[in-house]
Amino acid sequence: MKVPTRLGGSGPDKHPGVDAQRGPVQQQWDRLPRLVRELALPVVVILVTFLYPQYVDSLKGIQSVGDFFPSVGSVVIMIVFTMMAVGLNIVVGYAGLLDLGYVAFYAAGAYTAAWLASQQFEQWSFHFGDSGVLPTLSGIHLSIWMVLPLAGIFTLVVGILIGLPTLRLRGDYLAIVTLGFGEIIPQFVRNGDNIHGFDLTHGTFGISPIDAPGFNGLLGLPVNYRQSLNSQELFFYTAMVLLLITVFCSWRLRDSRLGRAWIAIREDETAAAAMGIPLMRTKTWAYAIGAFFGGVAGAFYASFKSGAFPADFYFNISVFLLCMVILGGMGSIWGVLIGGMVLGYLNVEGLSTIGSKLSSSTGINFEPSKYQFGIYGLIIVIMMLFRPTGLISERRHKLELEEGVHDEALYESRS
Amino acid sequence: MSATPEQVEEPRAEGDVLVATAVRKEFGGLVAVDDVDFAIPRKGIVSLIGPNGAGKTTFFNMLTGVYRPTAGQIVFDGHDVTGKPPHAITELGIGRTFQNIRLFGQMTAKENVLVGMHSRLRGGILGSIVGTPRIRREEKEADEKARELLQYSGLRGRHNELSRNLPYGDQRRLEVARALATNPKLLLLDEPTAGMNPQESVEFMNFVGRVRDELGLSVLMIEHDMKVVMGVSERVTVLDYGKKIAEGLPKEIQRNEAVIEAYLGSGALAG
Repeated sequence: MKVPTRLGGSGPDKHPGVDAQRGPVQQQWDRLPRLVRELALPVVVILVTFLYPQYVDSLKGIQSVGDFFPSVGSVVIMIVFTMMAVGLNIVVGYAGLLDLGYVAFYAAGAYTAAWLASQQFEQWSFHFGDSGVLPTLSGIHLSIWMVLPLAGIFTLVVGILIGLPTLRLRGDYLAIVTLGFGEIIPQFVRNGDNIHGFDLTHGTFGISPIDAPGFNGLLGLPVNYRQSLNSQELFFYTAMVLLLITVFCSWRLRDSRLGRAWIAIREDETAAAAMGIPLMRTKTWAYAIGAFFGGVAGAFYASFKSGAFPADFYFNISVFLLCMVILGGMGSIWGVLIGGMVLGYLNVEGLSTIGSKLSSSTGINFEPSKYQFGIYGLIIVIMMLFRPTGLISERRHKLELEEGVHDEALYESRS
Repeated sequence: MSATPEQVEEPRAEGDVLVATAVRKEFGGLVAVDDVDFAIPRKGIVSLIGPNGAGKTTFFNMLTGVYRPTAGQIVFDGHDVTGKPPHAITELGIGRTFQNIRLFGQMTAKENVLVGMHSRLRGGILGSIVGTPRIRREEKEADEKARELLQYSGLRGRHNELSRNLPYGDQRRLEVARALATNPKLLLLDEPTAGMNPQESVEFMNFVGRVRDELGLSVLMIEHDMKVVMGVSERVTVLDYGKKIAEGLPKEIQRNEAVIEAYLGSGALAG
């Protein structure tokens, strides 16, 4: 039983009007192998982004608009938040579980880095694989390359522990309970400086400094990022690699057996269970994998800014990340990347740049960064009114690329 | 029609695929299903009918694990499935459709069928990310099988359409295709012809008969319109107010006084 696919369809099945509409360039494009067509855009985007530190100075030199381009250091923060948004997208976008406490995973990751690569535990001295750290320094100092996966795994376990009791709830109730956990973890961190006399989190002061990544001189790679002259660039490239890994995993999982199960649960839980999908296990995996990437991003960010402070883990962050996912388009990887970078940019640099431009050119003293959450809220409201599925909506898009959404030939195939 | 009354007389296969003994379900003080004994013969097509509110869907939901019976036992294919969760029951080999179609609207027809194969596939997290040869082969085979099932169910050429964009009759067929993808030994259809016109109903019933004959499944259908199931069913069970009031061949059921009374009221016989 060979079913003719309409993808490479030829003959009468093919809709006649389409070829005529496409210009000669597009027809050439259609003739390229499918792999080339699919990979062209990602490869170009990755290259352009990867080279950003090389041309950022020339961009900044452009008159009047140059100031709007973010510095390399700001882009690192944008990437870290985008990475968390991609992780959150697995929970919210794929599995449809409204998680208002994602900041808890960010905190768990950041503190794992703080425990394993700082002087927090002065009573012990343990060095392994660390690079550019004085050997006499007390505390645990593991290589950041080990800390990142460990932070991910630790956060994954936290995700499972939080997920098992909460994921039995549906909809609004789940949102409320995750909101609760999102508050509990920062509170725990804030008060964790005296657990029966043991200082785990150093309370409101947070833990600082945290070691920077480095390669111990391996292959001529930098010994320690922070001690290098181009430290911001090194963090930038590393952040890009981490984001790419996250996107890759997210993409592969979406198209896997597990990804289908997540989307099925999002669409209809009862029907999903009737199709043999174990609800609790599948949802918990979505939660745990989302947590994993939040943890890795948090650990990397802690290493980048050399500190983990309880004040960083406000509820605002959870909402901010959720805004990125909603703005970009729930479930759509491209969408979330764009949403994450846009909102990340506005948050880190954009709003204050706009504000200073405004006051210098018009004399109006208006600082948009003071109203940032009002502005994000406005963006979301406008999106919901005009494009509720986000900048790039998840599924239809893909189908539109593969074939016309509707064509007449379909209706003849009824038996 | 694929199943004529003559075929019923010959025993089709050994034993019953599902046996429910004194199954009972209470919602607070209301007894929705009252100690019903029920069996589905292997490779048979049987129907459960009754007026609206007779407890058919409640009974059905106990077979599929959506509800846990208050009392009684359900044995499927040698396994006690009483009170097991739905996914475990599906894994053992009961596939189902829903009274009000419950497809995954944002997924394509093919993806819907692939979800049905969930418990028959093994792909895990790391394997899927890395894309091991074993998983790629599994996915490729699943893809082919999904296309075959769609074609078998009369949905040829529709595999990339979002299921919510399909016409009504095709959505019903897709639900069956998705249930078949779970590789069931027993197929449960909950009012499969609801909302169809008589012509579509007949076509659909022919399809169900064909599925049973060609795939060797047992089929249980729930209907409140008894005309629909009479042609294809080998045995009909009638529920009313949660109790089993009649069981037998379609011909007998049509003449059964208790059944006529349940459907048309007690005045019907007198008049």
